[in-house]
Amino acid sequence: MTGEAIAFYALAAITLLSGVIVVSSPNIVHSAVALVPAFLGVTGIYILLNAEFVAGVQVLIYAGAITVLILFVIMLTEGGTGLRLQQRNEQGTIGAVVAAAVAALLIAGATRTVWTPQPGTLATYTPGAIGQSFLGTNLLAFEGTSVVLLVSLIGAIIIARKED
Amino acid sequence: MPWYLELLRAIGGTILIFSGVAIVAAMFGVLLERKISAWIQSRLGPKHVGPQGLLQTIADTIKLIQKENIIPQNADYKIFASAVLIVPLAALLDYVVIPFGQTRWGPLIFRDLNIGVLFFAATSSLVVVGILMAGWGSNNKYALLGGLRSAAQMVSYEIPMALALITVAMLAGSLSTVTIVNAQSHLWYIVAQPIAFLIFVIAATAEVNRVPFDLVEAESELVAGYFSEYSGMRFALFQLGEYGEMFAMAAMAVTLFLGGWHGPQLLPPVLWFVIKLYALIFVFMWVRWTYPRFRIDQLLNFSWKVLIPVALANLVVTAFFVMVVHP
Amino acid sequence: MITLTHYLVLSALIFVLGLFAVLTRRNGVAILMGIELMLNAANINLVAFNKFVAPGAMQGQVFALIVITLAACEAAVGLALVLAAYRGLETIYLDEINLMKW
Repeated sequence: MTGEAIAFYALAAITLLSGVIVVSSPNIVHSAVALVPAFLGVTGIYILLNAEFVAGVQVLIYAGAITVLILFVIMLTEGGTGLRLQQRNEQGTIGAVVAAAVAALLIAGATRTVWTPQPGTLATYTPGAIGQSFLGTNLLAFEGTSVVLLVSLIGAIIIARKED
Repeated sequence: MPWYLELLRAIGGTILIFSGVAIVAAMFGVLLERKISAWIQSRLGPKHVGPQGLLQTIADTIKLIQKENIIPQNADYKIFASAVLIVPLAALLDYVVIPFGQTRWGPLIFRDLNIGVLFFAATSSLVVVGILMAGWGSNNKYALLGGLRSAAQMVSYEIPMALALITVAMLAGSLSTVTIVNAQSHLWYIVAQPIAFLIFVIAATAEVNRVPFDLVEAESELVAGYFSEYSGMRFALFQLGEYGEMFAMAAMAVTLFLGGWHGPQLLPPVLWFVIKLYALIFVFMWVRWTYPRFRIDQLLNFSWKVLIPVALANLVVTAFFVMVVHP
Repeated sequence: MITLTHYLVLSALIFVLGLFAVLTRRNGVAILMGIELMLNAANINLVAFNKFVAPGAMQGQVFALIVITLAACEAAVGLALVLAAYRGLETIYLDEINLMKW
């Protein structure tokens, strides 16, 4: 067992266990708090894949900002006090069957295809390489994403403000 | 190195960082705060325990350990107990990327990540989740309000801090802290970027909930804010997290702006780092006992309407200089 | 030896967990959490393909960064909608929002 294999299985276990708590806990605040170890597990997976910059951004944005946003909305609406007892709607079994079918489809597709690697090596200093490609070949996506960020920021403020 | 040696090194480093921070930051920092505040206010401070009051914090810690562990009746116990773990954990993770000095074998740093500055910003933003959990799990109106206000304040001040960090990383050409310190061997970045230094120090003061931004934990405002219901060792762990984060922010400011370990060759580099660190801590404590407290809307307005435009303008001007004037 | 297949199976499992949350939960915020899990699974796929199949270009990691940014935007707008719905309709449980006009 190499160290990489142990790290992969440990991180996969943390992520999947936290995912199960997120999906099936009757207390919504427990679900939201269990998102943090799930995102940190995914960060570990990125580091195993030599994507350090993506890992850092994942912690900063997902575990640091989106989780806080979700917790704020839970605390500002009534979902956190658990007045309504039933958290699962009537589609429980159908949902489980559909989910299992999609899982079988994806896993079968992934294991039966032969993925041929193309030549090339991964850059050692990924922030610099990502910066170069954002301003080089991916410039349009970069500018488009910044416009989407601006529009969604303004939209979220307008939707959520009080009408007075 | 095989993986079990790396794991051993990580565990050893963790114990070293925890005991170092617990002793230097929490114990010595609390004592320093009381003595400096006493000196500013023309009184004497603690003098009874030990010579000149130096063992006061040990006495305080023994008192806190032997206190009763009270849990509120309808509190959510899992969230109440886990919040205590997350806040000091995120504060201690900040120390992984700070270079303390230069030895013969290389820089004295736990792990020189090539995304060092980004890692620092990311772990500083993990503290907010712990604070929200502490505010919610206490089942107390004041704690919840304090937790929400504190989370809003910390999230608002992360943005100018990140912009100041990006400006320094742009000047040095890398996100790694060792590279940034080595790039300051001729000129400290406080001379090249005074506005970024000021923004970083102000944002760091707001991130650790110190005066003038400590509305959320002042005794006259919200009892004690998000940690009203915590007693005994849990309270001590929250204080450890807060003082540890203050020392980590000061250490990062020394690394990014004040030249890290560089200094004349009279003293070893680690000692220069410690001297600069304690000078900056003295400035933090001096500010605490000089300024009055901001109101919550003044605090948030200051971040969004003053600090972020100034930081963005600074970024644009620095980018212009880096690309056009000195390519 | 960890190959590409391990990462693809892991991301399929995380995707299915998110899908189960979207299909069976009543709370609006819980459905948004399931969507975040699905986006994370897609990101793991992208970065794994970048390392194992096409390491020459940074396209996979760049795309993963764009997906993280868009997930943040979508979470912000979705949660603003949940807040606005709570303010008007007094509920965030999606099977109780079944009238076209209040």
